[in-house]
Amino acid sequence: MTATVPPRALATLPLGDDALVLSHRLGEWAGHAPVLEEEVALANIALDLLGQARAVYAELAEVLGSEDEIAFLREEREFRNCQLVEQPNGDFAHTIVRQLFFSSYQQPLHAHLAPSLPLAAKAVRETAYHRDHAEQWTLRLGDGTEESHARTQRAADALWRYTGELFQPIEGLDVPWEELEEEWSATVGDVFARAGLTVPTGPRRDAWSAGAGREGVHTEPFGRMLAEMQHLHRSHPGATW
Amino acid sequence: MTPVTTPSPSRRAEGPSGTAEGPGPEEEQALQARFDAAVAAEERIEPRDWMPDAYRATLVRQIAQHAHSEIIGMQPEANWITRAPSLRRKAILMAKVQDEAGHGLYLYGAAETLGVSRQELLDKLHEGRQKYSSIFNYPTLTWADVGAIGWLVDGAAITNQVPLCRCSYGPYARAMVRICKEESFHQRQGYELLLALTRGTDAQRAMAQDAVDRWWWPSLMMFGPPDDESAHSARSMEWKIKRHSNDELRQRFVDICVPQAEALGLSLPDPDLRWNEERGHWDFGAIDWEEFRQVLKGNGPCNEQRLARRRAAHENGAWVREAAAAHAAKHAAGGPRRSATAPAARSRA
Amino acid sequence: MSADWPLWEVFVRSRRGLSHTHAGSLHAPDARMALRNARDLFTRRSEGVSLWVVPSSAITASSPDEKDPFFEPAADKPYRHPTFYEVPEGVRNL
Repeated sequence: MTATVPPRALATLPLGDDALVLSHRLGEWAGHAPVLEEEVALANIALDLLGQARAVYAELAEVLGSEDEIAFLREEREFRNCQLVEQPNGDFAHTIVRQLFFSSYQQPLHAHLAPSLPLAAKAVRETAYHRDHAEQWTLRLGDGTEESHARTQRAADALWRYTGELFQPIEGLDVPWEELEEEWSATVGDVFARAGLTVPTGPRRDAWSAGAGREGVHTEPFGRMLAEMQHLHRSHPGATW
Repeated sequence: MTPVTTPSPSRRAEGPSGTAEGPGPEEEQALQARFDAAVAAEERIEPRDWMPDAYRATLVRQIAQHAHSEIIGMQPEANWITRAPSLRRKAILMAKVQDEAGHGLYLYGAAETLGVSRQELLDKLHEGRQKYSSIFNYPTLTWADVGAIGWLVDGAAITNQVPLCRCSYGPYARAMVRICKEESFHQRQGYELLLALTRGTDAQRAMAQDAVDRWWWPSLMMFGPPDDESAHSARSMEWKIKRHSNDELRQRFVDICVPQAEALGLSLPDPDLRWNEERGHWDFGAIDWEEFRQVLKGNGPCNEQRLARRRAAHENGAWVREAAAAHAAKHAAGGPRRSATAPAARSRA
Repeated sequence: MSADWPLWEVFVRSRRGLSHTHAGSLHAPDARMALRNARDLFTRRSEGVSLWVVPSSAITASSPDEKDPFFEPAADKPYRHPTFYEVPEGVRNL
């Protein structure tokens, strides 16, 4: 459905897909969180993100159809989210580092877009809160117990390879990408330093390590995620829910 | 339990009322009289008031069971968050399951004013020594079950809970006021979900009918055993913890549901359901209490699964809770990291 | 080591012009997280514009046993209340 549309008309689609996919992943935590207070916190973030996705899809309705068509009827290769957000939850440290990496990107990205994009202006307040959530937890896990430190470092090392993709320019979005990456590196570096964690040095830009989610190339877990997310909707073509 | 480091407001600086060093017999009589008078006068009992041990124990049992039901009750619905068939429904369901975690928290908070810790109550839940509502031991097999739970299970819960807003124990009553206010959307979303299905395709209508067929009887069981078999009812009514009998509330629920089912175009799976002009109520068929007892005993379809999942979440989270506690201990030496409220707090409220 | 988080009391200012009111309690490892948790738990439906969190252990409360000597003396001073005074009918703005 996206193949025939000029890319500039779809400039915001990656923002919506990032938000939808991460929201879905956070939704998988329901009933599994390490403490009840965190059930509420993770759900709040998931709901914010879902709201952001719906706002993006609403504006794309003329080009792509209803929000549900966009979410439930596109094929995997039509999704434009980065690979970072589709990564499975793993343990709580894995989820928190994913949150830190993503929110440290999404927050300044929305800030850059806010003047020209109303939906980014609304989201920027939410994402600042998400970033703080991730930061507070990274500090506690990194500088908590030996076990929590090891788990968090492991998560950072594993997710690092998906961070290079974040700064590949998205056509049609007026963002100073290099500046964005500098901001991101400063934020993550600062939080890691205070948490006693080491910023990974592994590859994130090489041809074989760089993610290509923005071009519709995803990792294996994403297909399974979509299968679960879309199955009911697709089982009843044309039905209203 | 850690009564020293995490005292509940009720117990701070004082031992529990009515323990070993409690009042003598005469004084106890006077306290009892004062308590009885307060309850009779519809005054609220507050955490630090003297209260009979049995009253305290009843409240702890009931509030804990209620809190456990909220958090176990997240599971059957969370089962459909990742498969919700529209983004609107996905948002609603996530918000609802989140509310249930929140309601669990309000209720554990109310229980903690009685001198038990949340940890202690969770341990009892995990060890199977405290119960939760047996309704959550049934599986959610299709999307329509989310609707049936909202309409019937939350409907029954609300019928039970609204009178609890006037419960004699202050913190419980206050938690219930908050919960009832928030839950009003839960039942509606369920009904609306079913309405969408009944107005949809044949397959959707069949799905809705099937869900209602499966959830109707278990919902009626939620009001507990019939009045003449209910072990705790009479005393709870006397103490104004409970305001209406199980059978009264069950009847009220049936009377409410029958016209609502009609409006949906769904039938209720009870051939004996008919209007009784004389009583001014709907008569309904006999409830299979043997099924109720079996599910309560742990033989329901999902008892093991629900508890195992709860335990796993708790155990998998242990290292996270430890890490945060360790971090707090490391940084406690230098005082609070940042006082978010200091200026206002110092200048008094 | 213990993983039990201390209990905090939460006070919410529902809107400007009103004082903070006790809303309930929660557990958190430290003040910062207590504040975050309070925001997530007690202001999901925009119930507040400001929050306080206080360690439960830091609250000193009057004892119910002191009830009479503490609070009863105030009961026999009706002249502190405006309803104590008679105002002739038709007199306004008093």
